Amino acid sequence: MKFFAALVDYLPAFGHGLWLTVALTFIAAAIGFIASIPLVLAILYGRKAWKLLAKGFITLVRGTPLLVQLFFIYYGLPALGLRINPFVAALIGFILNSAAYQAEYLKGGFLAITTEQMEAAYSIGLTKWQAVRFIIFPQAFRFAIPALSNEIIYLVKYTSVAYIIQVPELLSQAKFFASDTFFHLETYLLIGAVYLALIWIVSKLTDALEKKLYIPGFDISHLR
Amino acid sequence: MNDILVRVENIRKSFGKNTVLDGVSFDIRKGSVKVIIGPSGTGKSTLLRCINMLAPPDSGKIWLQDTELTAKGTDLHQMRQKIGMVFQHFALFKHLKAIDNVALGLIRVKHLDRSAAYKKAMADLDKVGLAQHADKYPAQLSGGQQQRVGIARALAMDPLVMLFDEPTSALDPELIGEVLQVMQTLAKEGMTMVCVTHEMGFAKSVADEIIFMEAGHILEASPPQVMFSNPQNERTRSFLHKIAELYGETL
Ligand SMILES: Nc1ncnc2c1ncn2[C@@H]1O[C@H](COP(=O)(O)OP(=O)(O)OP(=O)(O)O)[C@@H](O)[C@H]1O
Ligand SMILES: [Mg+2]
Repeated sequence: MKFFAALVDYLPAFGHGLWLTVALTFIAAAIGFIASIPLVLAILYGRKAWKLLAKGFITLVRGTPLLVQLFFIYYGLPALGLRINPFVAALIGFILNSAAYQAEYLKGGFLAITTEQMEAAYSIGLTKWQAVRFIIFPQAFRFAIPALSNEIIYLVKYTSVAYIIQVPELLSQAKFFASDTFFHLETYLLIGAVYLALIWIVSKLTDALEKKLYIPGFDISHLR
Repeated sequence: MNDILVRVENIRKSFGKNTVLDGVSFDIRKGSVKVIIGPSGTGKSTLLRCINMLAPPDSGKIWLQDTELTAKGTDLHQMRQKIGMVFQHFALFKHLKAIDNVALGLIRVKHLDRSAAYKKAMADLDKVGLAQHADKYPAQLSGGQQQRVGIARALAMDPLVMLFDEPTSALDPELIGEVLQVMQTLAKEGMTMVCVTHEMGFAKSVADEIIFMEAGHILEASPPQVMFSNPQNERTRSFLHKIAELYGETL
């Protein structure tokens, strides 16, 4: 078939696109997760100024369209003398978003924990930060795993938006290929299948993580 | 007198407009067991939570030996390990095995090295009869077993005094005995204890004094013999009758 013949020539480009999509997803998820921890701690336990700062950040990120943010970073910032390559611009946008959303999901996990846990921690002499670190956070994280897993799945799909600021990720490659070869139907069917496969892999990975971290009594099935 | 371990001096505590403790005072002697009884919402839990400063009183003083807990600048984290607390709903750390629940404070607060901490934690679990359940998570234990882990967790810190807040009221009747038995043993060994409980059998056999609280006041405080045979206050009398009916105890 002509389509597959054309595809073979483009395979390296598709490979590169896939690689960028995967890199955007996982770097944004990982750094976003790390950044979400101080965010949620500031919101729940921080002094007023930190709390306001964290809440302001989340409001801003969640309250504006992702595309507006990406345009601002990629097209807007150069006006301030900050020229950023497309991949890095997209990455920054996704990290900020993922941090904000993951902080919200973690917060949900924290709220599922009774105040008695904190009191019990204090009662044996732990300090507030020890209590958060050893008692509250580990439980909150477990409660948040399903939501955090979903966040990664969303990220896989959101990365396709990066095509609009010239990141040569998977969708961009598909677009080039389709407009070069006019195999629009076949191309987008194929690319849809690739995203589906990626998301299947992600959900298998997060299921495995959930299993590995399983603790009796943390069945979140009753919360679903 | 230096055998007074805890001194509670005229403490008051309100939540908004709701005055929960309205001038409560008493001393706890080393090795004594106090049982606090009283209707729901009277401030019994709040009183216990004041003693270890989980709910600092609005006014009044609390002393643990020579340290005034209510004084500004007191290192409460340091002091709280000397005051064990056992919770109505156990409040075990749900993500940690029984042994880790007990060992955590030894490692993080007392800074024992891991092997010493686990050895001590195991000894404390053994004391409450749960050595063979050390590797279970709270969700895998019965209520009575969970509460005994809670007692072991408090004991591990070698507290000077233990506070019990209705330790058996969330338990099925057939599980109450095993917890009371552990408490009884502790009392016999000389542990200083303050117990909010309506288990009158326990009160009769180990309490040195029973405190009847109502509406944020201590209405009556006397040894069990006196309290049960000849309560001074009409309110005490009728409350004891109510408990007797509820718990089927003959007083
Ligand atoms: N953190 C809090 N915030 C607001 N009100 C509180 C708080 N803790 C306790 N209260 C109120 O203080 C009063 C006394 O509560 P407390 O739990 O001390 O009573 P109790 O004697 O232990 O009752 P019970 O027998 O039901 O356990 C109640 O009216 C309760 O609603
Ligand atoms: Mg209570």
